[in-house]
Amino acid sequence: MLTIKNLHARIEEKEILRGLSLDIKPGEVHAIMGPNGSGKSTLASVLAGREDYEVTDGTISFNNEDLLEMSPEDRARKGLFLAFQYPVEIPGVSNANFLKTAVNEIRKSRGQEAMDSKDFLAMMKEKMKLVEMDKAMTQRSVNEGFSGGEKKRNEVFQMAMLEPSLCVLDETDSGLDIDALRIVANGVNALRDKNRSFVVITHYQRLLDYIVPDVVHVLYKGRIVKTGTKELALELEEKGYDWIKEEVESAAI
Amino acid sequence: MSTVTNYTRTFEDFSGTGLSNDFMPVRKEAFKRFSAKGFPTTKDEEWKYTNIAAVAAGEFRPTESTNTVSLAAIDPFLLAGTSIHRLVFINGNYVEALSNVKALPAGVIFGKLSENRTHSAVKKHLAAIAGKSSGAMVDLNTAFIAEGAFVFVPANVCIDEPVHLLFVNDTTAHPTMVSPRNLFVAETGAKVQIIESFHSIGTVNHGFTNAVTEVVTEKNALLDLTKVQLENSAAYHIGFTAARQHSQSEFHITTITLDGAIVRNNLNILLAEEHCTAYLYGLYCVNGNQLVDNHSLVDHAVPNCQSNELYKGIIDEKGQGVFNGKIFVRKDAQKTNAYQSNKNILLSDDASMNTKPQLEIFADDVKCSHGTTTGQLDEEALFYLRSRGIGEDNAKAFLNTAFAGDVIQKIAFEPLRDRLMEMMQKKLKRQSL
Ligand SMILES: Nc1ncnc2c1ncn2[C@@H]1O[C@H](COP(=O)(O)OP(=O)(O)O)[C@@H](O)[C@H]1O
Ligand SMILES: [Mg+2]
Repeated sequence: MLTIKNLHARIEEKEILRGLSLDIKPGEVHAIMGPNGSGKSTLASVLAGREDYEVTDGTISFNNEDLLEMSPEDRARKGLFLAFQYPVEIPGVSNANFLKTAVNEIRKSRGQEAMDSKDFLAMMKEKMKLVEMDKAMTQRSVNEGFSGGEKKRNEVFQMAMLEPSLCVLDETDSGLDIDALRIVANGVNALRDKNRSFVVITHYQRLLDYIVPDVVHVLYKGRIVKTGTKELALELEEKGYDWIKEEVESAAI
Repeated sequence: MSTVTNYTRTFEDFSGTGLSNDFMPVRKEAFKRFSAKGFPTTKDEEWKYTNIAAVAAGEFRPTESTNTVSLAAIDPFLLAGTSIHRLVFINGNYVEALSNVKALPAGVIFGKLSENRTHSAVKKHLAAIAGKSSGAMVDLNTAFIAEGAFVFVPANVCIDEPVHLLFVNDTTAHPTMVSPRNLFVAETGAKVQIIESFHSIGTVNHGFTNAVTEVVTEKNALLDLTKVQLENSAAYHIGFTAARQHSQSEFHITTITLDGAIVRNNLNILLAEEHCTAYLYGLYCVNGNQLVDNHSLVDHAVPNCQSNELYKGIIDEKGQGVFNGKIFVRKDAQKTNAYQSNKNILLSDDASMNTKPQLEIFADDVKCSHGTTTGQLDEEALFYLRSRGIGEDNAKAFLNTAFAGDVIQKIAFEPLRDRLMEMMQKKLKRQSL
């Protein structure tokens, strides 16, 4: 589904991703962990097509197509979804109206007919349940005045509505209390199926108790420095990142 | 002063209406004042960014014969799906056959000014609200006083349905000058909604509209005016709206400019008695080589009045925007509340905006604030929308609509609001209107 080879990316002359490789098969859940500043959000942004980042080397293939050649909207239309670490507030644009446009643009790109209001509302109603969202939230402006938890739930709600094949979740757990964390994780788990893959970026192991990954990677200084099973996440939780850093530094000598 | 010679000949040839005759001395004096001043130039502080040399040099003439514009030709200018009162003026002349004024309560007048020239309100207010000291362009309009709309609502009468005044400049035959002169009077406790819209037919010749509207709100009255500028890219439009508010009255004015080559909207509001409220809203969407200039003045002459002003602009391509907002708070005008905000988005590197708030406050117990911002589209929001599959153009339209939409949302009459939303979206997509 997604193959990243030797990815190098920089922002404002600063190299952040320095030879990152990753291979994700349909239906797999990959967790990416790593200390702050290691490049996790940069990876997410490069995948979604944020133009501030310059890819200087490497390739990304998404369902056998060159992802780096595509505009952000085309990536979304082809099934990529990024749940933002910091969802953006857009005053004056209603959540429902925005989502209807998004759903229909994606449908159009797939040669499907636009959804009428009735079907769309029915779909919203169903997906809202997934993340225990109430109707008032869908009528408000996108993320405007939402609490941290509401913003994250809204990201997962949008993900459910757009039915992507690859979901990238950037610290969707940060800032959530335990109840909100459970709601968000349940929403994500409900979307798991054999054709849908996930990249779950997180700083803490906590989320992975709920969303159980197939593979766990550690990202450090722009590279995947360790890959293991879900036990790796537990080990990191217990011992912190210092031993990883030491391993990397001593290997470099 | 050579620039006024074209207009001198035109003035001498102009015969006008019965109203023009009645006002001959006033008109002659006005023309004298205009000739002495000439057209404003960019050396004039008030016209620094707005060069109307093309108007001064143009061979614009009024058209006095009644025109043969058909109902089909003006159909696109009407508010589809409504059958509200309408008065249609083609090249300044009222055209009965295109108009539609339905039955009205006793004393209410939605009519042409020339026919009401002996009405006491006309005698009292015409050329008195926008008068001798209102500048050269008002003088030029006064010199050509002939026709316009007279809206009069007597004491304690409320009219729910708006009246739509359409001003169409048909330039097919020659470069046309149109000088509509409107007078709106809401007596004590009266309520009325008025829509003024400006349109053009023909692009071969330039059109020059020099409009003046005088507004009086008596005690407790509410007058709601929406001015919509839709004349085309061959049009020069200079408008002057002057209002005088009496005690506890409310005046709402929304000025929407979507088209035109050079557009100057002047708005002067005098809060003449206590406990008045004025709402001034404006929206301008500017692209191509358009220039749109909004100059407003709110004169807080007495205590306890309130003014709220919000103007927003979206400027694309080589468009130019100008905003100048004066607020005067006179020495005695204690307990004044005056708010002003001007916000702009520049969509291209060539777009420009000159904005100048000008607050002159001589009273000490007042609440006044002003703010102006000029920025680009929010890149973060744009990326967010695109990351959900919404194409770039559509995403921009979303953000621009959200930005500008709140001005249009202030308009009370829903069919007008919907129509303007639609037209604004077209404009933002650079489609012709
Ligand atoms: N806009 C930016 N300009 C300069 N440096 C940036 C910018 N964004 C991120 N960085 C830097 O890139 C590095 C990686 O950041 P990020 O990908 O956000 O890390 P993570 O998500 O793993 O915490 C950090 O050192 C951060 O300071
Ligand atoms: Mg991050």
